[in-house]
Amino acid sequence: MDVLLFGIAKDIVGRSEIQILAEDAVPNSVQELKAFMIRKFPDFGKLSSFAVAVNSEYAEDDVPLDRNDEIAIIPPVSGG
Amino acid sequence: MQKKIIEIVEKIDTSQVFTELSDAQSGGICVFVGTVREFTQGEEVVSLEFETYQKMALKEMDKIASDAIQKWNLNKVIIRHAVGLKKVAEPVVAVGASSAHRDACFEACRYLIDTLKETVPIWKKEMFENKTIWVSAHP
Repeated sequence: MDVLLFGIAKDIVGRSEIQILAEDAVPNSVQELKAFMIRKFPDFGKLSSFAVAVNSEYAEDDVPLDRNDEIAIIPPVSGG
Repeated sequence: MQKKIIEIVEKIDTSQVFTELSDAQSGGICVFVGTVREFTQGEEVVSLEFETYQKMALKEMDKIASDAIQKWNLNKVIIRHAVGLKKVAEPVVAVGASSAHRDACFEACRYLIDTLKETVPIWKKEMFENKTIWVSAHP
């Protein structure tokens, strides 16, 4: 499963994309992905919040994830 | 001419906006331009850098524009955001609307920028003399 990273998420991980491999127990939902990111990179727990986008739409915690989805971590936005 | 202009660009040319929103059915055009401010909480900003998840940002901007058109019966709407490195006083975002009467475009203009700031996946990094900060990232 590939996850796109932007803004501070990219800085925390040190890359613009991460691959979650089968041996990591691939997250099955948005909520599981959020928990996975905080476990793997504790700095995500220090953010004001972060959202997940599935196929370039904001996704609620209960949305299931498929490995073919385009998944992205959306840290607090600050455009304008 | 198209009703909505939704763009992410390298550089904003504010002189285009009037022509783009100009419309025979409209009695008013309202535009908001966001620019780089020199001081943030007393500290001098050297530059700002914007980054985006472009595919999603364009989708979210399009939703905002469509909602505004429906809500205020606008004739034309523009939402244009810049990415990359921006210096003090440079424009970074331009939103605007044209409508039959001014109340609608004034209200719509505020809605466009306020909603953009809440939902569109664009991130701003403030560069100071000795540090850089992703705006809003931490409580």
